[in-house]
Amino acid sequence: MKNAPSLDEQLEMHRKMFVVRRLEERLGELHKVGKTRGPIHRCDGQEAVGIGATAVLGTGDFVTSTHRGHAHYIGKGVDIRGVTAEILGRATGTCGGRAGHMLIGDRDKGMIGGNAIVGGSIPAATGMALSIQVRGTSDVAMCFFGDGAAQTGICHESMNMAGLWKLPLVFILEHNQFGLTVHHSVQSPVADLSIRAAGYAMAAEIVDGNDTVAMYRATATAVERARRGDGPTLIEAKTYRMQGFSTSDMGGYQSEADLADWNRRDPIQVSRLALADSVGTERLDQVEAGAVAEVDAAVEEALAAPLPTFELFTRSSPYATAPEAV
Amino acid sequence: MAMMRYAEALNQALREEMQRDPSVFLFGEDIGRYGGVFKVTKGLMDEFGESRVRDTPISEQALAAMAVTASMTGTRPVLEIMYADFMPLVLDALINQASIYEYLWQNVTMPFVLRTQGGGGAGAGAQHSKSLDSLVAHIPGIKVVAPVTPADAKGLLKSAIRDSQPVVFLEHKLLYNLRDEVSDDPDLLVPIGKAKTVRVGADVSIFATSRMVLESQKAAELLAQDGISAEVIDLRTLRPLDLDAIIGSITKTHHAVVVNEGWRFCGYAAELSATIMDFAFDALDAPVARVTLPDMPVPYAEPLELAVLPNAARIADAARATLK
Ligand SMILES: Cc1ncc(C[n+]2csc(CCOP(=O)(O)OP(=O)(O)O)c2C)c(N)n1
Ligand SMILES: [Mg+2]
Repeated sequence: MKNAPSLDEQLEMHRKMFVVRRLEERLGELHKVGKTRGPIHRCDGQEAVGIGATAVLGTGDFVTSTHRGHAHYIGKGVDIRGVTAEILGRATGTCGGRAGHMLIGDRDKGMIGGNAIVGGSIPAATGMALSIQVRGTSDVAMCFFGDGAAQTGICHESMNMAGLWKLPLVFILEHNQFGLTVHHSVQSPVADLSIRAAGYAMAAEIVDGNDTVAMYRATATAVERARRGDGPTLIEAKTYRMQGFSTSDMGGYQSEADLADWNRRDPIQVSRLALADSVGTERLDQVEAGAVAEVDAAVEEALAAPLPTFELFTRSSPYATAPEAV
Repeated sequence: MAMMRYAEALNQALREEMQRDPSVFLFGEDIGRYGGVFKVTKGLMDEFGESRVRDTPISEQALAAMAVTASMTGTRPVLEIMYADFMPLVLDALINQASIYEYLWQNVTMPFVLRTQGGGGAGAGAQHSKSLDSLVAHIPGIKVVAPVTPADAKGLLKSAIRDSQPVVFLEHKLLYNLRDEVSDDPDLLVPIGKAKTVRVGADVSIFATSRMVLESQKAAELLAQDGISAEVIDLRTLRPLDLDAIIGSITKTHHAVVVNEGWRFCGYAAELSATIMDFAFDALDAPVARVTLPDMPVPYAEPLELAVLPNAARIADAARATLK
């Protein structure tokens, strides 16, 4: 099978999906007891997209993310302990508590970074791909963005330049059917957004976003194409948001039938089924228990960690503030 | 009179104006079926239909430019931009489109309202917590209002919708649940460009808008404990300024503190300060004091965010300093 993951890679993707799921569930519990801050955008049900797509990347490759980035962070190798502490606003977080869960960035891991301006991740990765092309290396840039973000003007502008200049870029459209509370049919006259790729002379593929192996294979092909200098690819990953828009979501717009239908295709169950024969359920149980223990330890550690202390940001002159009062 | 939340007062204003004038229509992200992420447009799609209350794609730049031209051609659009942090995306429509046509072309009016909400205190991070008042108040030809009470929210939104010029209407995410008495008279308007003295005082004048009015009122309480009598003026409109109210108060107190939740450098407080210098310099006994956000991003973690937001203690400190 061309571009298929090895068994080890497949198991590692399974483990990472489980880490992300456990993190989302713990955050949901912590939110209920008032231990989180601000809205949190969980990606339950979408783990396979972020984990499968990033599995083919190296540290030299760049990823840009959205407000719903937990699977992208973990997939790109950002430390779960730092991510957890950052989400909980601790001094020990990846960004010292300054960023919060939507804006995590880790330059050393090539994850720069989360972006809560919808559409912002798209030109961000396009600029990184431009830099790669100018420097002439074989790295690639990858951007995650939603079906809602696909309706922004900068999405079109970025894709046009990516196609025009054959930039080493992989667009991962995480089509979870909703932009905030608005169904995609109210946001776009077409169901499959990847048909737009034709207008940018760009390769495109629709992929089952709840299947890590399918994501891995499609992305591997796209990344090879980008490294060869043959330009960008648009991967439209069809998936579904199981936990609503965010922890402040008042709900009422997702149908029970859809939820039940997509629940049957839970990416973790799909992955378990695919691995059961080759590695056995005992091994899978072990891997999952390990993931749970890792996340739980990260959560306990973060909750016990100190809150950050404030310092005025005056590192460079544009931030320097005139003295207050008289 | 009825007790209602700030968000409900806005909802009532929209409903009444839509009933009164069929050319008023609403558009924006998540405002229709869901009723808006802050529930300001709740129930309006059911009442007025999908043509006059529209859910839109995430396309702020186009939406704002469309509001400008829809308003030129016979409708009164009210566009909701979910967070003030996204105002940079709509600035071209305001700066290069809306602000020039009344000057360049004959018989053109642009009666649109752009509603948005800003401000910190909700743990929403560096891209969802800003007050960018000065970005819009900077633009000639655009009126800017920022009410703090439910009654003013209703009365000013009604005035904004009936106005023949563009109005940017600034709400604050921490005010939506604030409850107070609101008139149910559909003809009661609060005029744009009129400030309100919310506390009478003799020693120092504190000028603020939106949530900072509440902090200024708390500051006045703190100052009263020290025997300092502070006057608090809710400007309500950022542009055009109510100069008479500003000059009148300073003529009485001879000291001024200006408060704004936005950045300091080139910020709205800087403009207020300069305006006071222009028009009331002779009445001042001390330089104008500014209380603002420091010039840096709004951090996420609670102790960091609380450290940057202007609050009653900092306002009171600034007032004491001007009186030294
Ligand atoms: C420029 C901009 N407009 C609006 C928003 C508010 N907002 C945040 S997420 C979101 C929906 C995004 O939909 P999609 O891209 O499909 O991502 P999903 O939430 O489904 O993961 C909206 C409208 C924003 N953050 N930035
Ligand atoms: Mg979506």
